[in-house]
Order: sequence, then structure tokens, then C-alpha cells
Amino acid sequence: MTDYRQKYQMTPVIGWLMNDRGGMILLGILIAAAILVPASNLLLPESSAFHVPTWMVSLLGKYLCYALLALSVDLIWGFCGILSLGHGAFFALGGYAMGMYLMRQIGDRGVYGDPILPDFMVFLNWQELPWYWYGFDMFWFAIVMAMFVPGLLAFVFGFLAFRSRVTGVYLSIITQAMTYALLLAFFRNDMGFGGNNGLTDFKDLLGYSLQSDGTRAGLFVASCVFLGICYTVARGITQSRLGKVLIAIRDAESRVRFTGYRVEYYKLFVFTVSAVMAGIAGALYVPQVGIINPGEFAPALSIEIVIWVAVGGRGTLYGAVLGAFIVNYAKTFFTGAMPDFWLFFLGGLFIAVTLFLPKGVIGAIPAFGSADRQSIITTWRKRRANQGGKA
Amino acid sequence: MRNDMFSMLRRSPFCLQEVRKSGSRPGNLWGAVLACLLVIFMAVPDTAMAYSDEELRNVAEGLNVKSSTKKIEVIEEMAADGDPRVAPILRAMLEGDLYVRDSDEHVVITRKQGKVYTHIDIVSGEEVGESGSKEISKIKVNNRLRGVLRDALATLNLFSPDLAVRSNAVEQIMDARDPAMLPLLLRAIDREEDETLLARMELARATMALAAGETTEERLSAIEVLASETTPQIRAVLSQFVASAEAEGYEPEVVAAAEDALESVEGRLSTWQTVGDVYRGISLGSVLLLAAVGLAITFGVMGVINMAHGEMIMIGAYTTFMVQQALGSILPSGSAWSLAISVPAAFLVAGAVGVVIERCVIRFLYGRPLETLLATWGVSLVLQQGIRTIFGATNQQVMAPDFMSGAVEFSTGLVLTYNRLWIILFSVIVVAGIAAVLRYTAFGLQMRAVTQNRRMAGSVGIRTGYVDALTFGLGSGIAGIAGVALSQISNVSPNLGQTYIIDSFMVVVFGGVGNLWGTVLGAFSLGIVNKFLEPVAGAVLAKIFVLIALILFIQKRPKGLFALKGRAVEA
Repeated sequence: MTDYRQKYQMTPVIGWLMNDRGGMILLGILIAAAILVPASNLLLPESSAFHVPTWMVSLLGKYLCYALLALSVDLIWGFCGILSLGHGAFFALGGYAMGMYLMRQIGDRGVYGDPILPDFMVFLNWQELPWYWYGFDMFWFAIVMAMFVPGLLAFVFGFLAFRSRVTGVYLSIITQAMTYALLLAFFRNDMGFGGNNGLTDFKDLLGYSLQSDGTRAGLFVASCVFLGICYTVARGITQSRLGKVLIAIRDAESRVRFTGYRVEYYKLFVFTVSAVMAGIAGALYVPQVGIINPGEFAPALSIEIVIWVAVGGRGTLYGAVLGAFIVNYAKTFFTGAMPDFWLFFLGGLFIAVTLFLPKGVIGAIPAFGSADRQSIITTWRKRRANQGGKA
Repeated sequence: MRNDMFSMLRRSPFCLQEVRKSGSRPGNLWGAVLACLLVIFMAVPDTAMAYSDEELRNVAEGLNVKSSTKKIEVIEEMAADGDPRVAPILRAMLEGDLYVRDSDEHVVITRKQGKVYTHIDIVSGEEVGESGSKEISKIKVNNRLRGVLRDALATLNLFSPDLAVRSNAVEQIMDARDPAMLPLLLRAIDREEDETLLARMELARATMALAAGETTEERLSAIEVLASETTPQIRAVLSQFVASAEAEGYEPEVVAAAEDALESVEGRLSTWQTVGDVYRGISLGSVLLLAAVGLAITFGVMGVINMAHGEMIMIGAYTTFMVQQALGSILPSGSAWSLAISVPAAFLVAGAVGVVIERCVIRFLYGRPLETLLATWGVSLVLQQGIRTIFGATNQQVMAPDFMSGAVEFSTGLVLTYNRLWIILFSVIVVAGIAAVLRYTAFGLQMRAVTQNRRMAGSVGIRTGYVDALTFGLGSGIAGIAGVALSQISNVSPNLGQTYIIDSFMVVVFGGVGNLWGTVLGAFSLGIVNKFLEPVAGAVLAKIFVLIALILFIQKRPKGLFALKGRAVEA
């Protein structure tokens, strides 16, 4: 492939975007979708063959949030070898931050009509708002928190884990323990996050009703935009020098450390960025589905995210987006058409992809067998050869 | 029999003393005792046996009088008789359900439903018709009568020929601590022959004598009796006494003695509490150990993260269910034999499934632990859904054999259920078995060789692939055995494995990979820590704390309590 950066002396951003065929296609589709889908939903009459119904807009918006979540997992797993089985926790925390804002927006329109307290607090006989609910009546604050809280958790967790060199499956297991602990914690009513039922019955966002077509279209556009931005950021990170170190860490962590890099700082940086992205995904997800409950913390869901990435193609970023769409469309289809078959399909997908498609769907398309992918495969082959086939 | 009791009563010096005392110092209470005693003295020679049907009917009709005093006489006569049919009559009277049928003057117990009163014959206890409220008239009770009725009912139970009823009555008295019951209790103490129950009665007497006792000596001796006991009940009695000491103006030496007694009781109780916590912790630990030990083998020996491990446990539990179903026609349900057959059956079924998984999936993924994790997660989803499709999503009923139901209860509040005791024993046997296999068999030797240095083991002629398959089969089979045990304490449903998988991983990671003793220690310490936190923080918070503590622990020792040393680990 021609290196456009050298050929045309472009600025770095345009350069590495031009070098990235999959990314260009992805961004093109996102821009087109962000314009066409809302336009056809809002402007075309319902009878038109090209009209996109509102439920479809919301469904696609939901997929976009999942895609962003998958992107955040691919950033750490595909490029730094950190397999997080707890990324659902960051997603859910972002979602809760947004949910708290939406809860405060209900105001006195709740069942109990309390101007300050959300319904579930009135129900639990709480007299005043807990301190951590302060500020969530402001949109900007909720947005900041949706990024800050997951980021902080990832920073603290990552700092402890990477500093003491917890790697591989051990890290996977303790990330799972983290999301499991949060799951248990958020199930408790005393936590002040609505317990079992979570947060729901939202009315409006920034004064716009969540039920209206316009708001849904707006959220869809926002999801497209954020996915585009996050993709660009992630691509930027992986193409920078820092990205090269990350890939080196993925392939031979000890060697990078002995070369003099502070491996833990690189890992910590990318882990935190990834968690912030997951938080944004959660914040976009909640207004579109209208509910957030502790079920989002379930370890099983976090593992499912990983399979989205694996199906699409690990270490490509756009592959993760594709994988999220494929698996979630399959989920929507199967749970509707034959619910019993869904888990067979998902389980089979886990097995088939790891056994037969280690490079994912993207890897199976020859045009995308880019230099990047090649390096991963050759590295794997080399490592396996070094280890004598097994162990 | 009645004559025996009578003579015993008369012979007892304690009883005579009581009578004399009551004579010398007439008081309301002692008067009542005297009355009671007199009733018994008079009643005893008259009716040597329980009432005949006709007598009972006649006596009961004596209740149909205006005068309360007359009613009391009849009630006491009936109570003293000890006829088992008397108690329901008196209870009905106490609750206002005793009526006289206007047509034939028969006394009947009624059950009111809407406006219709169903009549129940006092003699036969059968329904004998129904009527409106007009045809029957109520036998009225006032507060004085109610008191007498309650005492009479308690008396009936205290003097019941059935030991269980008697001890039940004593426990009730102990709970109520009504000083008015004291004289009855004293009489019961005189008659009681059962040593254990006698001790309980003395204790009950002491709880009442503490507040109702007349003299300092009486109180002190009561405290002495109480101080030797170790139950939460006694602690409550003593602390109540100490708390009310000032208001009631008890003697200082009595209060001091009570405080000492309270302290010693509390000290012993907290020791027992600790013992109880440790026991519950060991019990939870043994469950964790059973769930995790198979995983320790697959993870430790092969470095394979088997996310389908929980499903192996589930398969074991379902095998138990199937064995019970299959043997249901031959053996009685809940037979110990079907459980005994389930153990090897579950081992073989789960082990076979494990070998199939290893040959079909895992062997292609060696050296790629993260991929193995994902693939086995997929296997677990397929197995879950498979079981759900075959058996349905609902819980299956697995019968517990007789020897596993029930519990040993200590008076100190410690309850040891048999099924937990058996599971502790079972987990010890299983771990000992595994340790023996690893230590003394050729297969165990090969397995250890492969763990320590796979390539070297291969070089000296061990078929490492073969050992891998068998090891995975062994780990899965042990998970299946764990499923047999866990089917006794948790719901057998397709989600059974999911409830244990995270806990199992925590145990293995905590204990350290490749070390059986690490797993044992990990399981028991997690179990005990969990149970010690539970009373303080509640079950859910305790679990959260344990998880957080584990996450922090991993920071300190990234490879667990007992890490393998050397280059093999890094591979």
C-alpha cells in the first residue's frame, strides 16, 4: 500500500487516516448514516420505501454505542494485550452518570411528585438527596462525570494492577471480580442508585422529550459523531510512537521493560482512555434505551463484548465496530425469531471464531490483510514456535 | 400411674415445705398454689383414668354456669385430669369459640365462617353440624377466667405424658418468664423424672426466681444457676435484670453477682459465636473447595482457563438428578444408595464431557490462554443452553437422603446441619483422593512432570497430549463430583454453574496456581473471612469486601499465595 504521508507530505492526522482503508470506509459510513438516517426518518413520509422508522433509529443508535464499547476494548486488547473482562463496568458507570442526570430532569413529574428526590428514594423514605447526587441536575456535570468516574476507576485499578505486573489471565479474572463486586454493590438499595430496578422512567434530555423522533435522531447523530471521534482518537494513539510501544508490549512485555520503557505507564494510559470511551458509550446508550440497571455490570455481558471484538477482527479498531454490529444484529434476530437458539449461536461463535477465525471477519477479507495484521500473525507464529508448540 | 404420681407428690419434702410456707404466710400467689394443689389432691383419687366420653361431656357442661368461680372450679378439675381432649376445649374457651347448643345443651367448639358457625364435637373432634348465631350461646369468659385458662393450658402441657410436649411447655415458660407460672413450674419439677428436662426446668425456675424471688439467697442461687448456662436467652434475662436493677432496687450484692454472671455468660457466648463463625466459614470453604479443586487441576497443570468449569458442576448435579430418576422405581426416593451411585456416575459423565472438550477445542489453543478463556466460555454457553433445552429452565428436585437432613443443635445457638457436615467430610475425602492420585499413581507422576516442565516431560517419553486430555478429564470429573454434593444444597438449574464460577476462580487465583494446598487454604480462608464479615457487614457487603480484598491481594502477590517458582511459570 502506498504511504500517502510520504507521498503528499500531509499533516499526520490526514496521513494516517489516508493510510487506513478500513477506517476511511468506517468514517464514510458514519457520516453518511449521520445525515441519511435522521433525514429519512424525519423528512420522508412513513409510506415511503426509504423511510427509516423511529425504532430502527434507536436500535441503530444502540448498536453504535455497542460499537464504541467494542472499540474501547479493541484499543486495549488488540493493541496492548490487556484482556479486560470488566469493561461493562465502565460502560455501566457512564450509563449511571447519564441516568442520574435524566433522573433529576424528571423533577416533580415522578409518581410521588417530589421536586428533588427521585421516586425510588421517596419510596425508601429517604429525606434528602445523597451527596453524590449533587450536581447531576446539570448536563455538563453529568457528561464530565460519565467520563471522569470510569476513567478514575480505571486509573486506580490499572495503577494497582499494572504496577504489580498483574498480567494475562490474572488480570482478566480480577477485572471480572471488579465488575462482579460492582454488580453486587449496585444491587443494594442502600447504595442510592435504585437497587435492583436501576434508573428508569426518564422524561427528557436538555428539555427535549426522549420520546420524540427529533431527540432520538439527535441521539443517533451524537452516537455517530462520538464513535467517529473516538475512532480517530484510538487510531491516532495506535499510529503514534506510543502506539508502537503498546504493540511491542502486547507482543513481548518483558523485552519492552528491559529496553527501558515504563510498561505500566503506557498500559495505564491506554486503559484509562479506553475506560473513558466505554463511559461515553454508556452515557449515549442510556437515553436511547431508557433504562440502566445493575444487570449491565454482569460479568457475562463484559465477556460478550470481547467476542464482538474477536468476531470483527482484533487489533483493527474498525473490525471491532463491524463485530459489534454483526453480533448484536444476530442477537436481535435470534432472540426475536428463535430465543432458544441464541445462546447456542453465541457459544458456537465464541468457539468458531477462536478456532477458525483468529483474525476475525476482517481478517478473512483479503483486501484488509494489511501490514498491521500481518505483524500480529507473524508474531503469534513466532511466539508459538518459541514455546515449542505448546505451553 | 396417677397414684404413683400422687404418692411421689406427697413424699416430696419440697412440696410439703411449699405448702407449709404458703400456710404460714398467706398471699395471693401461694393461695393459688394451694388451690391448685388441692384440686389435684382431690381430683387424683376420684379419676384414676382419663375421662370416658360421657364424663367429659358432663364435666364440660359444667362450664355452662353463670358464676365465674364455678367455672374456675370446673376448669381446674378438667386441667388436672390430663385428658388430651381437654386442651382443645380450654383453648377454644380462651379464644371465645366455646358455645352451648340451645337445642340439646351440648357444649361445642365452633368455627365461624361468615355468619355460619360450624360445630365441632368436644368428644370426638368431628364436625357435627352448623347453625347461625341465634341457635347457640357463648360461654362467656372474663379476664380472670382467661388467666385461669392460660395457666390451666400451660399446666396441661407441663404435666402431659408426652416428653416432647412437656419440654415444649418448659421452653414456652422460659420465653414468657411470667412469674405467675412459678408455682406450677415448681410442681412440675417435683414430678419430673427426665433428667435433661429437669435441668431445663430448674433453669426456667431460676430465670423467674431472679425477679420474683423473695430473698437475697433465692436470687443469688438463681444467678448461680444462670451463670452456668450459655445461651442467648440467659444473656437476655441477665442483662434485663441488671438494666432494671436500679429501678427495682435490688440488693447490691445480687446486682454485682448478676453483672459477674452476665459477663461470664457473654464471654462464653462470644467464644461460641466465634466457633459458630469458624464452622460456617469452614462449611462455605468446603463448598468453595469442592467447586474450585477441579479448576485448580486444569488451571494449575495445564494453564487452561476453563470457563466451562461451572457447567461441569452443573452436569454433575444433573447426573445426580438423572440417577435418582432412573433408580426411582427400584430404590426408595432419597435413598443413600442413589447418591452413592451418583458420585462415580457424575465423575464419568463430566469427565467424558471434559475429555471431549479438550480434544475438540482446547488442544488447538494451548499457549493462548486468553483465546482458551473465550472458547471455553462459548462451550459453557452451549452446555447451559443444551441443558435448558433438554430439562427446561426450572429447578429440578434432587432428594436428600435421610442421613443428610436434620441438624445437631446446641443450646448455645450453634446449629450444625448434617448436610453441611457431610459436605465438609466429602470435600476432605475428595481432596485427599486427589492428593493421593497425584502423589502415588503413575498418572499423577506424569501429570506433575508435565506441569513442571512440559518439554522435558515430552522428551523422556511422556505423551503430553494424552496426559493433557486425561488431566482435563480428571478436573472436569472432580467438578462433576462437586456437582453431586452441591445438588444437595443449591438449586439444580441450568444456572448452577454460573453461581460458582467466579468464586472458584477467586479461590484458585488466591491460592496460587499449581498447588493443591494453596487451593485448600484459599478456599477455607475465603470462606472463613466471608463468614466473619457477614454478621458485621451483611452478606452482600461481606462478599464485596472479600472481592476487593482479593483484588488488592493480587497486587501484592500476583501469582497467589503459593506461586510456582522458576521459568515454567513465565511461559
